[in-house]
Amino acid sequence: MKHVEDKWKLLPEFLKIRGLVKQHIDSFNYFINQEAQEIVKANSEIRSNQDENFFLKFEKINIDMPSIEEDYVINKIMPHECRLRDLTYSAPITVDISYTRGRNIIKKNGIKIGQMPIMLGSSNCWLNNKSEKELAKIGECPYDPRGYFIIRGVEKVILIQEQMSKNRIIVELDDKQNFVALVNSSTHLVKSRAEVICKNEKFSMKQNIFTEEIPICIIFKAMGIESDQEIAQFIGTQPKFLEEMSLSLLESSKKDVLTQEQALNYIGARIKSKINRSGPNAIVKSKRDEAFDILKDVILPHIEVSNNSLLQKCRFIALMIRRIIEAKEDPSKIDDKDYYGNKRLELAGQLVSLLFEDTFKRFQSDIQKQVNKSLPNKKNREPFDASTCFNHDFISSALENAISTGNWSLKRFKMERAGVTQVLGRLSFICALGMMTRINSQFEKTRKVSGPRSLQPSQWGVLCPSDTPEGESCGLVKNLALTTHVTTDQPVKYLVDLCFNLGMEDANLLVGTELYDENTFLIFINGVPMGVHRNPQKFIRDFRFLRRKGKINEFVSIYFQQSKPGSKLQSTIQIACDGGRLVRPLIIVQNRIPLITQIDIDEVSMGIRTFNDCIREGKIEYIDVNEENNTLIALSEKDISLNTTHLEIDPLTILGCVAGLIPYPHHNQSPRNTYQCAMGKQAIGSIGYNQMNRVDTLLLLLVYNQKPMVKTKTIEMINYEKLPAGQNASVAIMSYSGYDIEDAIVLNKASVDRGFGRAIYIRRHESNMKRYADRSFDISSKPPAEIEGKSKEELPWNLQRFHNLDQDGMAKIGSKLTKGDIWLNKYSPVESDDRLLTNKPHSSVEYNPSPESYKGGAPSYVDRIQISSNPEKHFLVKMIARQTRRPELGDKFSSRHGQKGVVGIIVPQEDMPFSENGWCPDLIMNPHGFPSRMTVGKMIELMAGKAGVLEGEQKYGTAFAGDKVEDMGKLLVKHGYSYFGKDYLTSGITGEPLNCYVFCGPVYYQRLKHMVQDKMHARARGPMTSLTRQPTEGRSRGGGQRLGEMERDCLIGYGAASLLNERLMISSDVCDVNVCDKCGFFGYKNFCNFCKDKSNVYSVKMPYACKLLLQELTCMNIRPKIKLKDS
Amino acid sequence: MSNIFEESKTRAFIKNEGVDYNTTVTTQELPLEDFAENLQIDVISLNDEDITFDVKGIDPAFANALRRIFISEIPTMAIEKVNMWQNTSVIPDEVLAHRMGLVPIKVDPRLFEVKGKNEDHNENNCVQFNLHIKCTRKNTPEAQNRENDILPENDEALFNHASVYTSDMKWVPIGTQEEKFKNTPIRPVYEDILLSKMRPGQEIEMELMCEKGVGKTHAKWSPVSTAYYRLLPDIALKEEISGEEAQELKSKCPMNVFDIEDTGKLFVKNSRVCTTCRECIRDEKFVDKIKLAKVKNHFEFTVESVGMYKPEEIVTEGIKILKEKVKCWKNTMKGMEEDEE
Repeated sequence: MKHVEDKWKLLPEFLKIRGLVKQHIDSFNYFINQEAQEIVKANSEIRSNQDENFFLKFEKINIDMPSIEEDYVINKIMPHECRLRDLTYSAPITVDISYTRGRNIIKKNGIKIGQMPIMLGSSNCWLNNKSEKELAKIGECPYDPRGYFIIRGVEKVILIQEQMSKNRIIVELDDKQNFVALVNSSTHLVKSRAEVICKNEKFSMKQNIFTEEIPICIIFKAMGIESDQEIAQFIGTQPKFLEEMSLSLLESSKKDVLTQEQALNYIGARIKSKINRSGPNAIVKSKRDEAFDILKDVILPHIEVSNNSLLQKCRFIALMIRRIIEAKEDPSKIDDKDYYGNKRLELAGQLVSLLFEDTFKRFQSDIQKQVNKSLPNKKNREPFDASTCFNHDFISSALENAISTGNWSLKRFKMERAGVTQVLGRLSFICALGMMTRINSQFEKTRKVSGPRSLQPSQWGVLCPSDTPEGESCGLVKNLALTTHVTTDQPVKYLVDLCFNLGMEDANLLVGTELYDENTFLIFINGVPMGVHRNPQKFIRDFRFLRRKGKINEFVSIYFQQSKPGSKLQSTIQIACDGGRLVRPLIIVQNRIPLITQIDIDEVSMGIRTFNDCIREGKIEYIDVNEENNTLIALSEKDISLNTTHLEIDPLTILGCVAGLIPYPHHNQSPRNTYQCAMGKQAIGSIGYNQMNRVDTLLLLLVYNQKPMVKTKTIEMINYEKLPAGQNASVAIMSYSGYDIEDAIVLNKASVDRGFGRAIYIRRHESNMKRYADRSFDISSKPPAEIEGKSKEELPWNLQRFHNLDQDGMAKIGSKLTKGDIWLNKYSPVESDDRLLTNKPHSSVEYNPSPESYKGGAPSYVDRIQISSNPEKHFLVKMIARQTRRPELGDKFSSRHGQKGVVGIIVPQEDMPFSENGWCPDLIMNPHGFPSRMTVGKMIELMAGKAGVLEGEQKYGTAFAGDKVEDMGKLLVKHGYSYFGKDYLTSGITGEPLNCYVFCGPVYYQRLKHMVQDKMHARARGPMTSLTRQPTEGRSRGGGQRLGEMERDCLIGYGAASLLNERLMISSDVCDVNVCDKCGFFGYKNFCNFCKDKSNVYSVKMPYACKLLLQELTCMNIRPKIKLKDS
Repeated sequence: MSNIFEESKTRAFIKNEGVDYNTTVTTQELPLEDFAENLQIDVISLNDEDITFDVKGIDPAFANALRRIFISEIPTMAIEKVNMWQNTSVIPDEVLAHRMGLVPIKVDPRLFEVKGKNEDHNENNCVQFNLHIKCTRKNTPEAQNRENDILPENDEALFNHASVYTSDMKWVPIGTQEEKFKNTPIRPVYEDILLSKMRPGQEIEMELMCEKGVGKTHAKWSPVSTAYYRLLPDIALKEEISGEEAQELKSKCPMNVFDIEDTGKLFVKNSRVCTTCRECIRDEKFVDKIKLAKVKNHFEFTVESVGMYKPEEIVTEGIKILKEKVKCWKNTMKGMEEDEE
């Protein structure tokens, strides 16, 4: 068999087409182009109960390209402008409407109803199909991942939300060990949860709308299945089912509910009353009708109801009961909630669609209210025009607010979710990219269960096993693997027709006994039983054949859910086309031969064909988590056996993009890879090609970025080499100086002098020039004339802070700002009431100075000053201050293997050890970091890096592949280095050779954002809080170092009473109070107001907090009495 | 046994597990004449950039002192103060200033003094350069098309001064400097160091003030890119190796230390090129057959100049400084003796 090399070359092609953030963009596109239309269609009409002829109909919705209306001019707006000006990147939503005005029907097209925030990179984004040049022109980085929104200048990501799958039966045990079959139904109109519960051998249905659990047979009867025999047939007539059902059947007759009418009345009496559901004029329905409506609309709403026949629902409920009975017999039939096939991911598109639907409905009811108010008003000469009551701001601000705060509160679905969106982290490129693939779980963080947190075998290939945070959200926040794609909803209708064509028998024509026969196999589409087939293997084979031929959408999955061999339970066929499933591409293997050939790969990598062509030709297909159970996937070609159905494109796809940065991850202890995933996001590097034009509040950049000597395939694919975050440091792994204990590292001063680890720290300072109601406004004014031509030192102290102001009252570009310097010489008008009334000229306005001064500790330079405006703030000044920071003692560095450490000492070059050919290290790492951490990958990185340097090329450390250590060793020897990478060094201090050889070579090091300059803090005296007179807390307020409870305990244990007294009182909030010995109250000096007495008042020292407490107690009528004693 | 002991006084042995090096401390006073007699210096190679020379008969402390002085104590001139009047290029001011500082300047530092703290720049302590450069479009239709400003394929062809090089630095003589350096005009060592890239309309204008300093303060003043020494390898065969084994060993050494005589006997052709890779003794079977050693008092120095000095000057300057230091030390000692008295 011919070996196919470089299968991985398909991956870049895949990423070109699907991309890492494609799932976000796809789902948003689906919303914009389809779902929005459906939402409007479903809620198209507004009618009024004031005038039955009135109607307002929304015909069509259209979402445009992003634009903004300013001064009555509509301009298209680019994302970067939004970032700079604190605008929202949004597009107008227009609708075509028809409505009645008076007696006329009026049609209007293109009426604007609001603005829709647009996802960058979506079909309605300007950035689409732009060349690098065009992108550069509009200030955009070609490597930006996109897939986020810009709301008021802030980049917001809607995180992927993980949920249990909708519309599927899940069997589980409740708290009381009762078997429950539950279904979360979800349609556009309703979301509801129905449970069939088996309590005391009896089945009943639980639903929020019912006051109590309804016996299941009553539900059946209310749905029109009146006879017990029919019910039994629905569930199955085998003895075990009949037995299980017997008590339930008995129960309904005991309750004397025999007919549908009786059942409906029974249910009707148990409906939670809704408070004033439908206004004063709503038709009051009878309890019976209400019950029927609930059965029709609220219970299992995802199942179609045709002609008021609830037969399909009955069948579904029967199925739920069957599942419980099966599970009772065989506990393995209880569903695993953590199994990833049972999960669905909710993406930006779905979430925005929920939000839009809700706001659109509220928008309509708002209109309806106005219509109802205005219609009866016949006095108006003009007939009422409904199009005048469109509130443009309503939809815009609702969408904007939800995305910017992350609070998704939909009253209709009783959905209250916080933290759906997050600000896109722009600390490094990887940070932003990692955020786009992040999955947030709805699971509570506080609950102590390990199930949802642990790594599930079913997550193989779709979720990254390494990339999860440590601590409280460990395992709940996950990341997508490199090739994972999340599906969007697909239409069901054609699938059903297709199934019939493939020989499916309609379930509607069959009774229970036939449905559940051993030799028939139920076919489910999206969890709903649709029919049966007698030859499942053929059906599935045909179905897959059609999918591979492109007749069925590539993301539709079909799988055979086989019951345990030997058990009499029925096997089923599951077809799924719903959105939110995780799929990944695999190479199809037939007769032990992978269908992808070398020619395919060559052609794809040459660009003659695309990845999609391979799918269209049926050589690669997408497999979802459930369908994976029907496959046998070979990791590599040599693993292909007779039963193999698929072949992995490359094993590295199991990792995500963040874990993909690690060279040789398969040689590391697994937690180390997880640590690196967290740290890669903190590494300082490049953010994007537009980094110097951005106005982020905080931006950290590395001055001299390097691409890693040892790279991985993933690094190439995600463009890490274009926007790297680190430098290749020459590392010697040896003990040196004793300042390297506890993971501290030793830096070479000469390397630092020459620019190693140098970072630029850019911070934004903002000020808003307000306009006031009295038409006065803030102004910026030139500095005092005295400062002209003088340096800061020459100025008198009171003018020094003005020293770098220019004539426009703003700091000069490039000038140095030290603490207290003014960067915007702003004046605010003095408030006066009379100006508003008297219309006085502006020249008479008096101003008070309200300058903006620089507050940072270390001095900065003014990088830029930007003046802009937006609808809310019409004169917005942003000052960008810049610092350059060279590494100093205590700054944090890390390699790519979870090995972080702070700088322990910076050593002059002449003290550094040197090798026989003049090499000397940039950085020395202590070898004690290795034995317990077992980061063998780092050692191999070093060897590969060294070999790469000598060969003059980058080496590969790709996961589960990469260049071999042995080859690296041979290369080292070729260039006259030791096979083991250990060199003969001479001590720079003594000048004698070191007695052992030192492992040395280049390792990629990242500088992390934690820097001493931002954290160091000390205080002798300083500000106090006014309430307790104790020192303030925190570095930003110049606070004190807290002597906490545990420190206090130590001092108590040691018996250092005076020290305690000094720390806790004298140095904190000591206070002299006068206490009356007689009554125990506080008095004045030499006078007690309570005793009206001069004697017995003594001065006492106590903490002010104590004095405060005693006084507060006194206020509450509690008398604390102080007794004095001579010491 | 005693043979090895005796040998270990003069040799360091390279083993697989580490270096056998015993510090030999001279306990007796060494007469200067003896030292001078034993000392031997041979220049092995010398060119414009580096020098390799052997020093025989000194202690490692002596050799190391020299090496350390080469790196960090020979004064040179480097840009220390930058007056930045205009910088609209992509590189921030501080970064550009830092880059300028690292540019090696071709000027004899011995003709200058170290600038005192409160001293102003003058002709004796300062060399001034100016760099004033503006990027403009060339006068071709292609260059005049503003569309080509963004991501041009060949910026050098379109714009004047798209790249700023050290050759753009102009020496500004202070006082009599022009006369003094008439024959050796002051300039950056290399003309083609890329300082920044620019686009039309961007401008850099700055005054660069060079001061005298040493590598200890900042690496930019270090006259060497590297200065190091190594002990001379001493390789011998403990027993005769011939035939296949000889072939094997010969091919093993990446530096070709060994060769085979016509008789098929292996011999050490050139031990100096050995890089201590230990490849020859990695295989256990050769461990006892080869003696890998280093001569403890034979140092092979290599000094790579950055370009401010000629490499041989660095060595002589270094020795001068060492001499000064010794003198200073001697005086201090003398003072102490007198105090004791």
